[in-house]
Amino acid sequence: MRFSSVLKFGGLTALTASLSTLAYAEGVNGPVDGEIGFQRAVTPVMESIVDLNVWLVWLMGAICVFVLVLMVYIMFRFREKANPVPSKTSHNTTIEIIWTLVPVLILLVMAVPSIKLLYAQDVIPEADLTIKATGNTWNWEYSYPDYENVDSFVSNIVDIEIDEKRTADGEALSHQEIINIIDARPADEPRLDGRPYLLATDAPLVVPVNKTVVVQVTSNNNLHAFAVPQFGIKIDAIPGRINQTYFKVNAGEEGTYYGQCSELCGIKHAFMPIEVQVVSQVEFDRWIANGGSFDTDFSQNETGGSQTAGMK
Amino acid sequence: MAGATGYGAHGDAPSFFKRWFASCNHKDIGTLYLIFGILSGLIGGYLSFMMRLELGEPGFQYFANPHTFNMYVSMHGLLMIFFLVMPSLIGGFGNWFVPLMIGAPDMAFPRMNNFSFWLLPTALFFLLLSMFVPGNPSGDGFAGSWVMYPPLSTSGHSGPAFDFVIIGLLAAGFSSIFGAINFITTILNMRAPGMTMHKMPLFAWGVLVTAFLLLLALPVLAAALFMLMTDRSIGTGFFDAAKGGDPVMFQHLFWFFGHPEVYIMILPAFGIVSHIISTFSRKPIFGYLGMAYAMVSIGVVGFVVWAHHMFTVGMDVDLKAYFLGATLVIAVPTGIKIFSWLATMWGGSIRFSLPMQWALAFIFLFVVGGVTGVYLANAGLDTAVHDTYFVVAHFHYVLSMGAVFGLFAGFTYWFGKMSGYLYNKWLAGLHFWLFFIGVNLVFFPQHFLGMQGMPRRYVDYPEAYTLWNQVSTFGAMITMLGVLVFLIWVIEAFIVKRKAGDNYWGEGANTLEWTLPSPPRYHEFNTLPRIK
Repeated sequence: MRFSSVLKFGGLTALTASLSTLAYAEGVNGPVDGEIGFQRAVTPVMESIVDLNVWLVWLMGAICVFVLVLMVYIMFRFREKANPVPSKTSHNTTIEIIWTLVPVLILLVMAVPSIKLLYAQDVIPEADLTIKATGNTWNWEYSYPDYENVDSFVSNIVDIEIDEKRTADGEALSHQEIINIIDARPADEPRLDGRPYLLATDAPLVVPVNKTVVVQVTSNNNLHAFAVPQFGIKIDAIPGRINQTYFKVNAGEEGTYYGQCSELCGIKHAFMPIEVQVVSQVEFDRWIANGGSFDTDFSQNETGGSQTAGMK
Repeated sequence: MAGATGYGAHGDAPSFFKRWFASCNHKDIGTLYLIFGILSGLIGGYLSFMMRLELGEPGFQYFANPHTFNMYVSMHGLLMIFFLVMPSLIGGFGNWFVPLMIGAPDMAFPRMNNFSFWLLPTALFFLLLSMFVPGNPSGDGFAGSWVMYPPLSTSGHSGPAFDFVIIGLLAAGFSSIFGAINFITTILNMRAPGMTMHKMPLFAWGVLVTAFLLLLALPVLAAALFMLMTDRSIGTGFFDAAKGGDPVMFQHLFWFFGHPEVYIMILPAFGIVSHIISTFSRKPIFGYLGMAYAMVSIGVVGFVVWAHHMFTVGMDVDLKAYFLGATLVIAVPTGIKIFSWLATMWGGSIRFSLPMQWALAFIFLFVVGGVTGVYLANAGLDTAVHDTYFVVAHFHYVLSMGAVFGLFAGFTYWFGKMSGYLYNKWLAGLHFWLFFIGVNLVFFPQHFLGMQGMPRRYVDYPEAYTLWNQVSTFGAMITMLGVLVFLIWVIEAFIVKRKAGDNYWGEGANTLEWTLPSPPRYHEFNTLPRIK
């Protein structure tokens, strides 16, 4: 199935459906096909990003429509047939001052909420929990410096090898075929079990809900970027530097969230996702007490992370 | 492109080899630049088309090795910027029309002009060669994107491919620096008597500002490339954290060049569009001085906003606030230009010939790309869309539809002047519509993908990004059809040979090149024109 379905009109139905629902999908985590806006916001920072976005989109739309309408009007009103003799006007100081000052005013008005958002995002409050995310080629390694009994663990994508993604005759496997191969694995190996392919990992980052989590991000080799769209965070992982960002997931928003590496880092740049499991404080405490596992028998997978059997 | 008829009484016509391989004539060099630009544009376009085909469906369609995909991404960017847009707009149209518009017999340094051009095929040779030599253990070619951030471009690319890229880019950079010196000297010293700076056509203004940007920005790129080279080859540690260097320093150097670079690509197009709007409205440019100084201020402000490309590297928040504010400022002179174009049309007697269609599409699509630029300038919002397809959509709206529409506008406007032949209106119109519909279908849905969080430079994506990627790839097919029709109309015009008059656009076209025959003689303005 190379590029056949675009020629079908199946996509158009999804298009009209998505245009009619401008709001983001209710209660859904991760990207949604056919959506045209942000993913659902679950932190105060992402909510303020969405708020600023809404009025900026209206403003941008208004400017584009204004220019378009003006242009179409001019094209119609002053077409050669309607206006055979052109005027010779080439100056009008008043109007030139107006179209310099009005944009200045618009930009000043825009800068106020924008700078407010920037400082809300960048001034990091006191942490309830600090975690460290280290970018490797090509996976993320998480550690919990606050808790000595939790070993750092590596979070790998749940995937098959790149050279297995084609059959012997060079035909590419579809995502569904790859998913079938993955889910046919024995239960003690990483499987998808309904989680989205290319976003799911074998060991998610586990954090408590409604707590300020500070993420310290660095890298062991190439640049990477730690990003979770629904949290409104994206920060580069740079060797020799520790960058910080934070998020505080709203109460009642326990669940699994996804992000992807957002700075080109080499051949598997598209294959080092970020999976964050947000749990209640009680669950989180149990996870910590178990040394980084939800299983009561204290078992850990080979890389030290948890298999999170109870994941949605 | 200028036929043999271009040789008048002035001296003997040189042999084919002497004319095209050792030329010191600004028109012939301009033609060479244009042919070169079209050829590298076709290669760069092919790379992007393969990328779009790959992304038409989730999964690996055409690229067995993601490294190769990343290499296509990187080469597409480098080819389109350094080998399509810059050579065509500055080298091609700049060489052809700056001397003609200011009434100069040729460029100030004709032989250096020749050298500038011939550095470029050399550069392209090295760039193309890099695609076939080992980049790193993952595969052939350099796959670190056009931004070439270390450590991916240093320790991440152990093979010789990136060394070839550095050599190629240094050659291209020197070519542009020599070109810039040539343009500055020509424009400042060789204007015809009576043509003051404030009477100079806006295209010459655009090229003048561009030349200054090149002169100031490219040495910084060259320095950064040299540092990459020594980091790679002789063990220096400018960008190596383990040796006390800092990879972010490269990003600052790169974008100190890279941001002016985007204005380098668009300012000449601004100039071309101004002339076209004026010609087909049969009205002088509205607010000429405002237009000229808007370009100057875009050029100046363009040097102090670079770190808005780096909002996620972990900069100090006050610094981010500064770059946010400074970036918003650029919207003001850009707004002046847009409104002045509309005011030029206001009260005019507008004909919708093909160059005018390209120019009108340019204005509107540049507004779309411009407002998303203002959106991205908001550092807080940029966190959400940085390095996603939203950015890809934004800069293709200003480049693929800004600079490239400016290119096609100029090409259709001056094609008759350069070649002496008129194009087939139907074919060239078909090219416009295919291209217009195609690129909008390619890039508008990418805004949605970016908002939903799809990162850039991904060979494969989760199922949830399928629909808009399909639409985008469908658009790429239409665009490629448009490119094909473009080649057909150019070839058709040379076969059918419809003769173009001196001033085939009529009374609105009043810059100096329209007083000359089409194509102009080998040497023009042996007697300098006097400008009243």
